[in-house]
Amino acid sequence: MHLPQPRGPSSTAVVEHLRQPSPGSDAQLRTVGLERSPGITNDEDRLLALWVLQGLNYHGYSGVDPEIEWDLAVVQARTQLEAELEEELLAAFTPVVEELLPEARRDLTGTLFSLPDRVAASAPSMSAWARSSMTAEQWREMLVLRSASQLKEADPHTFAVPRIPGRAKVALMEIQFDEYGSGDPSALHSELFAQAMTAVGLDHSYGGYADTWPAPVLLSNVTLGWFAGRSRWAPAVVGHLTMVEMTSSLPSKFYVAGARRLGLPEEAWRYFDEHVEADAAHEQVAVRDVCGALVADDPDTLPTLLVGAVAGLHVEGLVAELVMGAWEQGRSALRIPLHPWVAA
Amino acid sequence: MRGDRVPVATPLPTELLRLTECEDGPVLVRGARVVVDAQGVTHPVTRPVVALCRCGASQRLPWCDGVHKRLGKRETSTG
Repeated sequence: MHLPQPRGPSSTAVVEHLRQPSPGSDAQLRTVGLERSPGITNDEDRLLALWVLQGLNYHGYSGVDPEIEWDLAVVQARTQLEAELEEELLAAFTPVVEELLPEARRDLTGTLFSLPDRVAASAPSMSAWARSSMTAEQWREMLVLRSASQLKEADPHTFAVPRIPGRAKVALMEIQFDEYGSGDPSALHSELFAQAMTAVGLDHSYGGYADTWPAPVLLSNVTLGWFAGRSRWAPAVVGHLTMVEMTSSLPSKFYVAGARRLGLPEEAWRYFDEHVEADAAHEQVAVRDVCGALVADDPDTLPTLLVGAVAGLHVEGLVAELVMGAWEQGRSALRIPLHPWVAA
Repeated sequence: MRGDRVPVATPLPTELLRLTECEDGPVLVRGARVVVDAQGVTHPVTRPVVALCRCGASQRLPWCDGVHKRLGKRETSTG
């Protein structure tokens, strides 16, 4: 993908740094030059800077030397931005996790299944809106917003595989194998999502709409990217995945209903249809086999696992609040509205 | 003679079924290639693990669609 348009001084510094030819070819250590600053979770400039840096682990950028992934200045800038993110998110979620710990130690399964009804529970439901009221243009916006995570679906969570012990690793691979199509390339979930985008006239190349993503979409993406980038946070990746699976099955059914109400072709909703059955199974495996085994084998992983679960629900709630706030007023939820869709 | 080659072993239609009952939820099935529902209809299994409905409220029978979590609760959803 192309480097996105900067949104302020921090993302400008990062993008300019990545555009330099031949990183590390000279002995001079360059710096990205970011000043430490509070409030990253609401700062789209800094969120974009971090998103661009994390993207070097996944897709990279055209015209950018892949070697720059381990450039010292890149690592330093990412470390600093993630430290800011960690500080803010832990300040917000540590009290929630502390409160959950006693009951989670008693009944992990029950606690995890109850979380979606307890964390960010007041956030509006995009899927209920999809079922009842969503317009075709809003459907396209929803895909653009979700493309940040869904076009690389499962990839960040896979970073946890080498970092968790035997039983949990096996169970996580059972889920991931299905996410990656159960041996059938045409069933790859990210591929089904790409087809859904194509079906409504959207570009399915990763990051093609990065300039349109509002801050909460970037926050959701870099939060998982921060967990996925560090061994220490592997239990948080597992907690995050568990909440993704747990909040997918029923909403996916609503999305299918909405797409059918709008008369969209099957390619447009097959991705969601696949997730109704897949994630009803995955949520059970995630809670009982992945989380259950991980915590049973190492009880010290529980607080970290809960941070991942709570943070995941919280940031997705912020996305839903922003999006529904815009749609209910008839505004676009994107920073830059899409060109109207002219169906062939 | 290339065309005369035969495999060194014969795969058999053995079923190494593993069933896991989830409390207040579905039964997880591993190792099945098909499931046959109450009407005798055969459904192919395409995943490493599938969840079979036990509450009867699923709209995707015989598969679980997660709706058991909403039974006896107010209709809410995330996502």
